[in-house]
Amino acid sequence: MLNKFPLWKNLMVIVIVAVAAVYALPNLYGEDFAVQVSATRTTTVDTQVLGRVEDRLQEINIEPKSVVLEDGQLLVRLNSDSEQLRAREALLQELGTDYVVALNLAPATPDWLEALGASPMKLGLDLRGGVHFLMEVDMNEAMRKILGQMRDTVRADLREERIRYTSVERDGNGLQIRLRTADDFQAAMRYLDGAYDGYTLIDDEAAQQLTLRMTEAKLKETQDYAISQNVTILRNRVNELGVAEPLVQRQGADRIVVQLPGVQDTARAKEILGATATLEFRMVDDENSIRDAEMGRVPFGSELYPNRNGGNVLLKEDVILTGDHIVNATSGFDENQRPQVSITLDGAGGDKMSLATRDAIGKPMATLFIEFKATGERNAEGNIIFERKEEVINVATIQARLGSSFRITGLDSVQEAQNLALLLRAGALIAPIQIVEERTVGPSLGQENIDMGMQAIIWGFVLVLAFMVMYYKKFGMVANLALATNLVLIVGVMSMIPGATLTLPGMAGIVLTVGMAVDANVLIFERIREEIKAKRSPQQAIHHGYDSALSTIADANVTTLIAAIILFAIGTGPIKGFAVTLAIGIVTSMFTAIVGTRAVINAIWGGKRIDKLSV
Amino acid sequence: MRELIKTDKTIPFMRLRIGAWIFSGLLMIASIASLAINQLNWGLDFTGGTVIEVGYEREANLSDIRATLDANGFSGAVVQNFGTQQDVLIRLEPQEGVKAQQVGDQVLSLLREASTEEVTMRRIEFVGPNVGEQLTEQGGLAMLTALICILAYIAFRFEWRLALGAVGALAHDVIITLGLFSVLGLEFDLTVLAALLAVIGYSINDTVVVCDRIRENFRKYRKGESEEIIDGALTDTMSRTVITSLTTVLVLLALFFLGGALIHGFATALLFGVFIGTYSSIYIASSLALALGVSREDLMPPEVEKEGEDLEPMP
Repeated sequence: MLNKFPLWKNLMVIVIVAVAAVYALPNLYGEDFAVQVSATRTTTVDTQVLGRVEDRLQEINIEPKSVVLEDGQLLVRLNSDSEQLRAREALLQELGTDYVVALNLAPATPDWLEALGASPMKLGLDLRGGVHFLMEVDMNEAMRKILGQMRDTVRADLREERIRYTSVERDGNGLQIRLRTADDFQAAMRYLDGAYDGYTLIDDEAAQQLTLRMTEAKLKETQDYAISQNVTILRNRVNELGVAEPLVQRQGADRIVVQLPGVQDTARAKEILGATATLEFRMVDDENSIRDAEMGRVPFGSELYPNRNGGNVLLKEDVILTGDHIVNATSGFDENQRPQVSITLDGAGGDKMSLATRDAIGKPMATLFIEFKATGERNAEGNIIFERKEEVINVATIQARLGSSFRITGLDSVQEAQNLALLLRAGALIAPIQIVEERTVGPSLGQENIDMGMQAIIWGFVLVLAFMVMYYKKFGMVANLALATNLVLIVGVMSMIPGATLTLPGMAGIVLTVGMAVDANVLIFERIREEIKAKRSPQQAIHHGYDSALSTIADANVTTLIAAIILFAIGTGPIKGFAVTLAIGIVTSMFTAIVGTRAVINAIWGGKRIDKLSV
Repeated sequence: MRELIKTDKTIPFMRLRIGAWIFSGLLMIASIASLAINQLNWGLDFTGGTVIEVGYEREANLSDIRATLDANGFSGAVVQNFGTQQDVLIRLEPQEGVKAQQVGDQVLSLLREASTEEVTMRRIEFVGPNVGEQLTEQGGLAMLTALICILAYIAFRFEWRLALGAVGALAHDVIITLGLFSVLGLEFDLTVLAALLAVIGYSINDTVVVCDRIRENFRKYRKGESEEIIDGALTDTMSRTVITSLTTVLVLLALFFLGGALIHGFATALLFGVFIGTYSSIYIASSLALALGVSREDLMPPEVEKEGEDLEPMP
């Protein structure tokens, strides 16, 4: 029969709309004021902490809505923002610096919805306030560091094999090895060929010189590693800031996005995020004269560095240990009440330290502090030039064989000890970074943006609804029903997709979709009117109207979808939000306008004898 | 309100095409000239620099703010109201030097010191100059990619003359919208770029509907000049074109007046884009296709080859 949907089609429409509606539902419940407690690297949040938190809240007469321990985090929901602030103060005192206590807004989704995996849409920073940073990683420095480690390895291996070399130095993306004699050259070639993964050996017999060149795959792997290492370290640093739900994510080849919702004190955030400090432990070269070195005759295998307390120190080129082996660092005082930093190393770091200090008891070891400061200038390739500032902060005589925990003393102030400990604990960045973009949105502006966006959506929606009813009568009401369903579908799909974020341009995208979504129905209804004018029966008119409009609607929407996808591919942040809502809106509007309205029209008018259509 | 457009008689759209071409030609020349001379008022996203938006409790005194900034080495700052009299937007060019990313915080604390009332930070944006350059490149590239992809899709679904007509109309829309922004000196930021791509999407939507009808009518009416057929197709789709434009304009007006200052450029570009896009899908897309000589033969469904016809006979 004409214009009757089979049962399965009707069911499909109902199921799709119902599912979307359920997933859209959490957006209606709003958010609870909450305090979130999470652990730092040395602690864990467990039931004991839970008990302490509950007791403490009782002491200050706060009755929390709920206290839940989940995924190693404690979420305390409270009734008002003033309670939230008081609770945080109290918990900060109670738990101290071992835990991160952050203000948060937790979605007040009921349990049964949460059990279905439903959660509200994520709001972009332009709607909820906070800081967005885009950081650029200095790849040259990362390469320098990794090849430096490789150089040390090659030197040690050659020594082990008793192959004598003139020099092993970095050369572009590889190492250049000069040998003393032809025999050594042959021996080195035999040994080095295939000895290291990701390096190809190029030999130059005439010059008695070998080059280990990094392969393309290894180069890419190294760069990926540098970025992911930095991402991890930035995550740790962000945790130190005490922010709820931060985002640290790679973007493109050498950039990292950091988003800190709710953070207002950008100055401190930047100080901690941007600081790139690392430590190197090296032996002091006490066999050669420092005065010669200062005159410019630096002995081979050693380097001259300034001392923080004045003068210079001559250090061996080989690095015993770098900062990335540091597991924990805490500030405190030594026996003489001078500030110190206690350092704990990981297993590999402990072994290295132990090996290096075994035969060096009584010899001086230096702590080299390396800081990178962006100069604000760029080289020919457009990359930021970083100034490498190195100074020896401490020279100490090795008293005993060191293991995986030891201390650095001789720091100037308590403040310095604390800063150093914080930076070391958060990990040393493998390569320096610089903030190349920052966007901070205050909380008042965020709320205003939400309000204005909602106003625009509501009014746009009402205007279109009114017009459609006036122009298309009952069919217009069906189209309006489709439009409302479309809004629910957009919100439902946005809430379902984990990566989708609602931004202000995204809200504009929804408004635009409302205006354009009726187009499909306009096309269909105009067709139906034409068919009626061509003296077809009402049932025939509906049937042909939908049929002939279908390919037009599909073509028109696919082209718009192309524009939306390209926008998604190039856009960042808010613009991506616009592209996402636009694309989702196009797909859902096609469903509601073609299948949805047809289901309703079929159910009301289909298969009956009718003389006139209200279109 | 039964029907907006009486569609009993075919409206001779194409008779006016020479006039429309001259009109569009003039607009394009004016736009390109303005883009060459005035250029675009590039927003922060593209130029790099720092923008600080602050809110005062009472009407803000802009000249005091300028004086404070001048006295502290931030001369050349653009200070203006944003949205309301209490809100102030301060824009600084990218600064040479190490601490570019700290300018925002510095300016904020300066303003707080200088003012007796509370100054709320509404937003701070800093964009490094390199990021902006890349964005300009990417934006241009995106626009081109979009045009090429759409060209390919329409050529595949319809016919190359219609595709060229459609993309010609899109380029026309984009250039004239850019021209408007250049002439009026409106700020061109990322949201406007997004709006421009949405204009492309909207305009192509319109054009496809018209093209679809042109193809259908060519197939349906076995007689008639190309010009008549196109006029007929445009007349058939006229009321749909007007209604969809109307609903879109309605929501854009809501966005323009209620969406707030941040979304103003976006709404402006789209509002203008809807008008120019509607006009271009009628006059530019179809008349270009007509000028390129689109005819019935080009749009007839391809002959279905009989299965096995061109196979060698089995030995």
